[in-house]
Amino acid sequence: MINFKKAAAIGLLSMATFMSLNSIKPVSAETEVEGINDPTIAPYFESMKGKKIGYVPFSMSYDLSKGWLAGMQIQAKELGYEIIVRDPNWNTDVGVQAMDQLINAKPDIIVLQNPDLQSYAKLLKRGTEAGIKFISVNIKSAYPSYYIGEEWQLNGMAEAQYIVDKCGKDSGRSGKVAIVQGILTSAASAYQIRGVTEVFSKHPEIQVVSNQSANWDAGKAQEITRTVLQQHPDLCGVIGFWDGMDIGAGSAVKEANMQDKVFVVSSGGGYKEAACDRLEDGTYSAYFSYDVRGQAQDINTVIRILLQTNPAPDAFKFTLPTRGVMLTKDNIKPGSCWTMDDFK
Amino acid sequence: MTRAAIAVGGGGRRLITQEKIVFAIFVLLFLGFSLFLPGFLTTNNVALLLQGVSVLGILSVAMGAMIIAGAIDLSMVALMAMSVAWALQLINNGMPVPLAMLIGGGAAILVGVINGVLVAYVEIPPLFATLATAACIYGFGRFGLISQDTVYLPKNLGWIAELGHGRVYGVPMPVIVFALLAAAIALVMNYTKFGRFAYAIGDNRATARITGVPVRPVLVLQYTVSAIVAFVAGLVQATAVNSMNTRITDTLLIYEVILVVVLGGIGLSGGKGGVRNVVVGTLLIGTFLNGMTIMNIQFTAQNAIKGLILLTAIAIDQVINPRDEQTSQQGDI
Repeated sequence: MINFKKAAAIGLLSMATFMSLNSIKPVSAETEVEGINDPTIAPYFESMKGKKIGYVPFSMSYDLSKGWLAGMQIQAKELGYEIIVRDPNWNTDVGVQAMDQLINAKPDIIVLQNPDLQSYAKLLKRGTEAGIKFISVNIKSAYPSYYIGEEWQLNGMAEAQYIVDKCGKDSGRSGKVAIVQGILTSAASAYQIRGVTEVFSKHPEIQVVSNQSANWDAGKAQEITRTVLQQHPDLCGVIGFWDGMDIGAGSAVKEANMQDKVFVVSSGGGYKEAACDRLEDGTYSAYFSYDVRGQAQDINTVIRILLQTNPAPDAFKFTLPTRGVMLTKDNIKPGSCWTMDDFK
Repeated sequence: MTRAAIAVGGGGRRLITQEKIVFAIFVLLFLGFSLFLPGFLTTNNVALLLQGVSVLGILSVAMGAMIIAGAIDLSMVALMAMSVAWALQLINNGMPVPLAMLIGGGAAILVGVINGVLVAYVEIPPLFATLATAACIYGFGRFGLISQDTVYLPKNLGWIAELGHGRVYGVPMPVIVFALLAAAIALVMNYTKFGRFAYAIGDNRATARITGVPVRPVLVLQYTVSAIVAFVAGLVQATAVNSMNTRITDTLLIYEVILVVVLGGIGLSGGKGGVRNVVVGTLLIGTFLNGMTIMNIQFTAQNAIKGLILLTAIAIDQVINPRDEQTSQQGDI
């Protein structure tokens, strides 16, 4: 008798547990056929649909800005929001005008590349007060915004460390290094040189024999590097601050047939023709890549977060530094660099 | 009339010409650097010095011929960048090299003819006409012809790739291209009808026309030659740095070209000077830049010093070749 009662109790209990596992109410015949509607999906899509995202890079004519946009457009198409592109074509004044007009049009978010720390700061303040969210890519602003991109100082440190490893103590080399900077007033160049000097200050065996600006110009970089090579045939390393310019420095070394003795390190967004192809043909011995694919992914993620949460302007700010990778001829794989096809 | 122009052109009447002053500065600078800068006076460094300014020199020779004819071509750098970038882009897209070169070069020639027609027939002042075409070329090229600022050099260029970094008997190819072009243009300017007509037009356009000089066709031809030279300069530049960055259009290069021409002593009022002046100007700038780089002087400081040199040269030009009623009437550029 007791045994029967016990069995009945256990049976009831397990039934209750089963029912509670199935969201308490008994499973209706309808749900069994059609499944359950996830209540979070519709609001997610709802929060994206018909929104407007502005995009103001330095210029639409170079690998980084094209890659970012291509990545952003994939998600925009998927989620049904619009991207408005303004192309300042390297001109800060045009950029200020474009930003000004965009802010008046009141998009939900503006993804931008600051020309420097200051130029857009006032505009960012005005836009933020009007409720627009700003995502800065690769160059920060004096006025806080959400930041995604390269940490230039760390980039400089990584390049300098590479050169120290190759040319420093116990390397049996001269330790002579040339630095080819970009435009001296640009934040990217200024932060990078800081990173470089920080590392070199701990390595007195490294001797900087030339520290010049080539103005982001490949021809100028080539001229400087040629002259430095001529003056210091035992040069061990060249540090460059951007692939578009450093190709001149690398060409000068290659032309002198010294690519086995002089280590040229460059950095950039990892576009195949600018990076992997140049590592393979010996223009660079190393390339610090802040992969544009990853940055585009980060931009997309932040867009989704901001559109869903719509935070108050002063709620929080954050930076998402890009994880850089030092590429060399020996560690590149087919997927190490990107082409526009990656975004199709 | 052309004889008179020759006399002025050679600058033979004056004892101290600007060309001589600049040449003297060049010699002093060169000697100074040789004595005080270790590593300056070596065969290889002198070769590098010349190589560093050969693209500048190539453009300047054509610009010099242009200014002698009383015209100016501000679209040269835009043209050089865009025509070569387009040709390289076509090759990268899979077009055979000769066809792509033909298209790039052909486009350059077309723009040259358009420039010439705008200046000679539509009679737009050269400064404005070529400034406008420069903007057009750059804008159109960026919009329709190339996908990125920087077009990388294709691997299958063959002998053309040697233009930028080959050497013949130790002399860099760009220097040889510069020397050949300078010699060719010097011959044309001094020994052909076309050249003498150019001097006559630059000296006094109205007089030249009345005398029977075919002013308009000569100008069109001048602009065409300038376009071809720009294309060649672009090939040298691109093959040297393994890429063509079209943003070179936004740099001060076009003004540096004018600086070299004016510095060498070719008056902006036209009709005076010759290729020799351009070579002297190029040598001075080359020596200066090379020395500054060896001394590790910053680029911005170099620019400031270069600007000062230009101002001094123009001031000297004003004093030595004062504008008279005749030259100021025919319209300065």
